[in-house]
Amino acid sequence: MEPLSWTGILAPLVTALWIAAAAAAALAALRFAAGFVLAPAEGQANADGTLTASRGPLEWLEQAAFLALSAVAGVVLIFVLGGAALGLEAGLIGGIFRRLIPVWIALGITLAGSYLLRGRLGLYGKLFDSVIGTAGLVLVLFWVFAAVFGTFDLIVTHNPLGQSGAMKNEVPGTPYTRMIGETAEGAYPVYLLGGDNLGRDVFSRMIAGSWTVVQIAPLATAFAFMVGITLGLPAAYFGGRLDTVLTFLANLILAFPVILLFYLLVTPEIVATGIPTYMAAVMFLFPILFLTILLNARYHTRPALRLGLLAAVIGASGWLYLSLVSERLGAVHILPDWLDLFDVPGGILVVFVSVVFVNAPTVFRIVRGIALDIKTRDYVAAAQTRGEGPWYIMLWEILPNARGPLIVDFCLRVGYTTILLGTLGFFGLGLPPESPDWGSTINDGRKLLAIYPHPALAPALALLSLVLGLNLLADGLREESLRD
Amino acid sequence: MGMFLLRRFAVMLATALCLTFVVFALTNLAPNLEKVAKTQGNTRMSDPEVDSWLANRGYGRSLPVKYGEWLGVLPGYVIEQPDGTVRGRCFGQADARPPDAPARCGVLQGDWGTSTVFREPVGAIIATRLALTGKLMFWVMVLMVPAALTIGVLAGMREGSRTDRALSSVSILSTATPEYVSGVILITVFASSAVGLRWFKGTATSAMENATLENFLLPVVTIALFGMGYIARMTRASMAEVMQEQYIRTARLKGVRFRNVVLKHALRNALIAPFTVIMLQIPWLLNGVVIVETLFNYKGFGWTLVQAASNNDIELLLGVSVVSVVVVLLTQLISDVGYVRLNPRISVT
Repeated sequence: MEPLSWTGILAPLVTALWIAAAAAAALAALRFAAGFVLAPAEGQANADGTLTASRGPLEWLEQAAFLALSAVAGVVLIFVLGGAALGLEAGLIGGIFRRLIPVWIALGITLAGSYLLRGRLGLYGKLFDSVIGTAGLVLVLFWVFAAVFGTFDLIVTHNPLGQSGAMKNEVPGTPYTRMIGETAEGAYPVYLLGGDNLGRDVFSRMIAGSWTVVQIAPLATAFAFMVGITLGLPAAYFGGRLDTVLTFLANLILAFPVILLFYLLVTPEIVATGIPTYMAAVMFLFPILFLTILLNARYHTRPALRLGLLAAVIGASGWLYLSLVSERLGAVHILPDWLDLFDVPGGILVVFVSVVFVNAPTVFRIVRGIALDIKTRDYVAAAQTRGEGPWYIMLWEILPNARGPLIVDFCLRVGYTTILLGTLGFFGLGLPPESPDWGSTINDGRKLLAIYPHPALAPALALLSLVLGLNLLADGLREESLRD
Repeated sequence: MGMFLLRRFAVMLATALCLTFVVFALTNLAPNLEKVAKTQGNTRMSDPEVDSWLANRGYGRSLPVKYGEWLGVLPGYVIEQPDGTVRGRCFGQADARPPDAPARCGVLQGDWGTSTVFREPVGAIIATRLALTGKLMFWVMVLMVPAALTIGVLAGMREGSRTDRALSSVSILSTATPEYVSGVILITVFASSAVGLRWFKGTATSAMENATLENFLLPVVTIALFGMGYIARMTRASMAEVMQEQYIRTARLKGVRFRNVVLKHALRNALIAPFTVIMLQIPWLLNGVVIVETLFNYKGFGWTLVQAASNNDIELLLGVSVVSVVVVLLTQLISDVGYVRLNPRISVT
């Protein structure tokens, strides 16, 4: 079998794409430059009070640039649809789009559904008013779906850990053979994005690696927020010595260079001492604490309801907590095995803990800053006059009013956590060396980067697009929440 | 102002002490010490051999004592070896304790100890490596600051315009690209022998002695790109805020040309906030320095940090952390003081 080209029978379209893209770039640059010289055409005021828009050279340029950009989008759409329909006939791009069909379907349904219901979805629905926010949402959802379907074996073409002697550092499109001269029956015929230095499929590893990020990053950020909120609100509300001590501790952690902290916490030697497990035992208490105080503050006037709610919440989260902390062969072994729901591998746990540890002080500072500001508002004074307890005021008066900036920061912070996870992988810390996560894959690929760039380039672009999506999403959310 | 500075220095000192103690405690954990013994001595040592190896070199004592010795508060150890010689922290190995050897030798006496990996005094290693990283950082600043300020001012002077949206997208893209991603992309495009343009070199090892555009531009650009977006966005926000002020409107209504409004009235006030952002960005650039020096094999401060940390080189690691903590706290202090100096409406008391 011949090595596949990138575009297959759609190759003639490539010329069209280049022409359209060059035209769009040139026109956009021209428009940008012209903006400094030409003034925009002024509307003409009519006698009846209406305005007539007129078109100057600037508007014509703008129109032309927009048309060229639409042409680019059209050609790309043909690549996507044609690729999904034709599969490998349409080259590697076709093959990739074909493999991603489940993602396209899920993406289409989610976006169409959200768009139709956008009036009832609050801030999330308003996101569709901003181009930037929508673009970010699409990128983020793409990777979420790719990761989820990837774990169900719907997208990956080969085993992400399976090595092949014949495929070492082969360029994208090389036909797959397990050993030299041996054809593989029933296997996917090519490595879509080539093979890495051990002959593993770069495309499958990229998809499998997204699961690590989608699993850890949002959850770790949520934990960091729980810690930051539970400590930041009282620091701002009570002030005094508590505030001084907590701020000093937060600044202490922030003064550590992140990479030094990772090197100190995420080594096999430290895992052997059990320190990460103890840190997890402390840090995972905060969500339980947070939920308990939250519900108690709200319902302490209705004892019957409160008792039931608290028992259910503490019971469920306590069980989860103990299963998470207790490990069969680890440092902490509390629960009997038949009650232990799951074991988190030591490598994942230590990565999780260190990422929460690095993020929590920043969240603390943000929450504290916002709370200090809101504390002075009239509705807080009203609640105090009403005789509400301090925790009720913090969690049910201050926190809901701080949600706008916190949601925006959450999106940004998930992106930053993704970058941190990549950094850990890049230095080979925490996760096992054969792990397909993006950072480790970049680390593997960088040694031969000058000769074979493709094994490192694929995960690098994947990470870039996910973080970009999260940043755009945060920007869109910020814009829409400011408009409120 | 004097009280403010005094208090800040006290907090700085407390932070540095706490931090070095944490680093000291973590590097002196039993499994880490065992690793040191096995890499420095013999990989196949048995557990009792490891213990005696560590005890003979002063590692076997309690943590506060060892930390006090490193600080120079407590007298250095003198331990008699099995072969009859004496080994001491302040004089190495000798037949007997030399009469002129000082009792204490720690940071307070100016002795930063010896690196177990490089077998050189820590002070000398850090001085040379820091100079190399200083060269890198200088060029990063030269490239990053003007570019970021220009982008920010251009975007912020007409908020919501096409220019603003285009430039804001560029700065979002740059904040979304960590150094290990932009480094990989830049090397592929500009330095790869397989597909790229081959304009520059993918390694900066030769730039340590002789930096040229060919071997030094890629690492500098890689670090500058990540920091640039953030500074540009902060400049844009500050510029957009200033452009809505009353005095700008007055100047516009008076008939001052837009260019003069931006350059003479808005710019100076808009640059106060970016100054603090740039100062606070320096510690973050340290991360980028570590990644880029590893990726491009430029043996500066970041590269030393990685070597020290991965080999559990205790005294070198402590020296490295002291330097980075001082950098972090000093930049914070400068940014606070500078903010007050630039903005007469705020006072520190």
